[in-house]
Amino acid sequence: MTAQRLASAAELEKLREKLVRQRQEEKTIITVCAGTGCLACGCEAVSAAFHDALAKSRLDRDVELKITGCHGFCERGPLIVIHPQGIFYQRVKPADAAIIVDQTIKAEQLVNRLLYRDPLTKQTIVHEKDIPFYRKQMRLIFSKNGFMDPTSINDYIALGGYTALVKALKMKPEEIVQEVVASGLRGRGGGGYPTGKKWISCRKAKGTPKYVICNADEGDPGAFMDRSLLEGNPHSVIEGMIIGAYAIGSNDGFVYVRNEYPLAVKNLTIAIQAAREYGLLGKNLLGSGFSFDVDVSRGGGAFVCGESTALMASLEGKIGEPRAKYIHTVEAGLWDKPSNLNNVETWANVPVIIELGAANYAKIGTAGSKGTKVFALTGKVNNTGLVEVPMGITLREILYDIGGGVRGHKRFKAVQTGGPSGGTLIVETSEPKIHDSLVAHGDIREDENVVSLLDLPVDFDELSRAGSMMGSGGMIVMDEDSCMVDVAKYFLTFLQEESCGKCLPCREGIRTMLGILTGICEGRGMMEDIALLEELGQVLIDTSLCQLGGSAPNPILSTIRYFRQEYIAHIVDKRCPAGVCKALVSHAISEKCTGCHACSKPCPTNAIAGVSKMLHYIIQDKCIQCGACYQICKYNAIVRVKRGEGEAVQKRAAQVWQPKAKRDPVAVG
Amino acid sequence: MTTLVENNYDLAEAIDNIVNKYEAKPTALIMILQDVQKHYRYLPLDALRLVAKKMDLPLAQIFGVATFYRSFSLKPKGKNHICVCTGTACHVRQASVIVDRLETSLGIKIGQTSLDNEFSLETVNCLGACALGPLVTANEAYHGNMTVTKVDRMVDALKGRESDVETDEEEES
Repeated sequence: MTAQRLASAAELEKLREKLVRQRQEEKTIITVCAGTGCLACGCEAVSAAFHDALAKSRLDRDVELKITGCHGFCERGPLIVIHPQGIFYQRVKPADAAIIVDQTIKAEQLVNRLLYRDPLTKQTIVHEKDIPFYRKQMRLIFSKNGFMDPTSINDYIALGGYTALVKALKMKPEEIVQEVVASGLRGRGGGGYPTGKKWISCRKAKGTPKYVICNADEGDPGAFMDRSLLEGNPHSVIEGMIIGAYAIGSNDGFVYVRNEYPLAVKNLTIAIQAAREYGLLGKNLLGSGFSFDVDVSRGGGAFVCGESTALMASLEGKIGEPRAKYIHTVEAGLWDKPSNLNNVETWANVPVIIELGAANYAKIGTAGSKGTKVFALTGKVNNTGLVEVPMGITLREILYDIGGGVRGHKRFKAVQTGGPSGGTLIVETSEPKIHDSLVAHGDIREDENVVSLLDLPVDFDELSRAGSMMGSGGMIVMDEDSCMVDVAKYFLTFLQEESCGKCLPCREGIRTMLGILTGICEGRGMMEDIALLEELGQVLIDTSLCQLGGSAPNPILSTIRYFRQEYIAHIVDKRCPAGVCKALVSHAISEKCTGCHACSKPCPTNAIAGVSKMLHYIIQDKCIQCGACYQICKYNAIVRVKRGEGEAVQKRAAQVWQPKAKRDPVAVG
Repeated sequence: MTTLVENNYDLAEAIDNIVNKYEAKPTALIMILQDVQKHYRYLPLDALRLVAKKMDLPLAQIFGVATFYRSFSLKPKGKNHICVCTGTACHVRQASVIVDRLETSLGIKIGQTSLDNEFSLETVNCLGACALGPLVTANEAYHGNMTVTKVDRMVDALKGRESDVETDEEEES
């Protein structure tokens, strides 16, 4: 590519016209999703197979093969979309490439078995936009992802990229700040602080140089929207940062990105290089007289570095410990200079706002939360993936219409939003048991809130009112097999490892709470523990130095609030209702056993006895409750019961068991 | 980008190259250590001393950074590096069963390296491929939707093809 520095906005427009014309001439484009999700399913082999198939059919000049960023529907990867028709093929294998080229490209016929089949209606769906997973979404910041090669700046420009920058450079910096204020954009990293307000403070702050920083240290387990954005459309983030820097009066920018995201680092670095070559970064951008450049800094894998002051310390090459924020980072941040830090998704919203205009942008969403939000929908849900929805959509729509409901016909139990530190759970409070528990402990009045929290509109304020928070956008679905005490323990284990250790409440408090929770999970709990956990939690909220400690008790407090009866079951009955806590469960084989013998091989302690086609049983003394057999059994014959009751279950099974000639496996998953 | 994978570089030269690549900027310390780790698969003490000297920073600061961040290891890692994702999505899909299985079949605990230096086992907070959970990476190759049987098969395959793995790994200094 011979990159020519663009000296003015007019030259950029000329280039864009040329690129758009070129794109129109191209007839068919096959896009292969190459987000990390699809890469993990082997999309590289698929794209290589397409390359070969096209070359073999001598179509490589007429059909363009485009390796794009994440399309979002990770559950169905590797994904192929054929443009301009928008034909959507899912779970494509390398061997399918030649078939698709022969049938769809040459003969214009569909390959039915690769089309998406709606699990509810059993109808096959041809076009990407008609799939329920995409239909309810509103893709603003992910709009270009499926159409562009993330390593090609020309693709981004052809799709209208950097138009917002041209528009912004014609505005006065104050006007841009006002636009962002008027748009109502709030920080997408978790806190939801108004972006415009932050920009005003940083613009007003005394001291030079000023810095703009992009926080791409996405440490929340189960959240991967920032990564997908950097991987799939890094230019949108860069464009947002340039506009922000111009508005604030900064000439230096940093992107702090996790080293665990190699593809994001790679694509971002390529994008920055390309933008420099075009003169979109560097001195005198597009002849405007404004200069700005961005550096990439890779993080060392510490969750606390998602916190702004810790991140800045880490950027300086130091240990990533946070500091007290008596003085805000917008006044004294990186090297004690005014620094404006925003999250990846927030930056990517900036070009959208400038392009649409604040008034149009503010039409999307609810009164207090504007625009769209990207969620990573994961866990026990049918359609795992990235979803971008307008603020104010209900949880039910996200879970059932987009997510396709809970996997394997299990009962929905809870949604966890906001990661470990934002961690809170939202449940079906219309369920009588939970409702009664909430009333009993004064969380709600008896006549109040019989409406399911599933119908809650998702925005910053509504979620916090319900005792939850938006967080960075991880949304983890849990079903009846998830133990809430175990989930709380899981998050605390995570936070204990990640606590930087600087302040005492967080360092010692989390450790103590984890000790109590572990005791409960191992059957050593006492009823007083619940009150103690609540008290300790409050101490952490009140006294921790940064938000890691301040929000660490959230998972415990919210699980106690909604699932108190589960805690009581662990403490009083010494029973884990979901069968997760090892110390409280016994594995046993019920009369559903077909004698298939599949469970005996994976058992690490040879605890499963029985011969083929006869009822098997678990030698209780030998069993270490590893769950290997539970996972293997196709007939749901392995049951998890209260510790010590396994023998009784197996005795009963021996009485009623009958050999069966043929039995169909129970549908799993 | 400079490549440093050739075998016969001596330590000082390799460190020199890495530090020079980042112009010895103190801000780049984390990235410098990452590159050193990539080169040796861990951070040897001698390397840390050299980095300190070259960058004119106190060894204590470098040691502090090297021990603070999760991605650094002061101990050598095994030839086969197995990493289990224990992100929330994988956790609710029973990643702990997978961890147990690997611990028993490899005979090492999380964070350890086997005595013969063949395997090391770790967990990672989230790899962001949640659709594939529970997820395991072995030498950076993804193995999705893991079950105990698949784990056993994966370990067997790794044990069987050690020689293949070795060829594209760089030598220990």
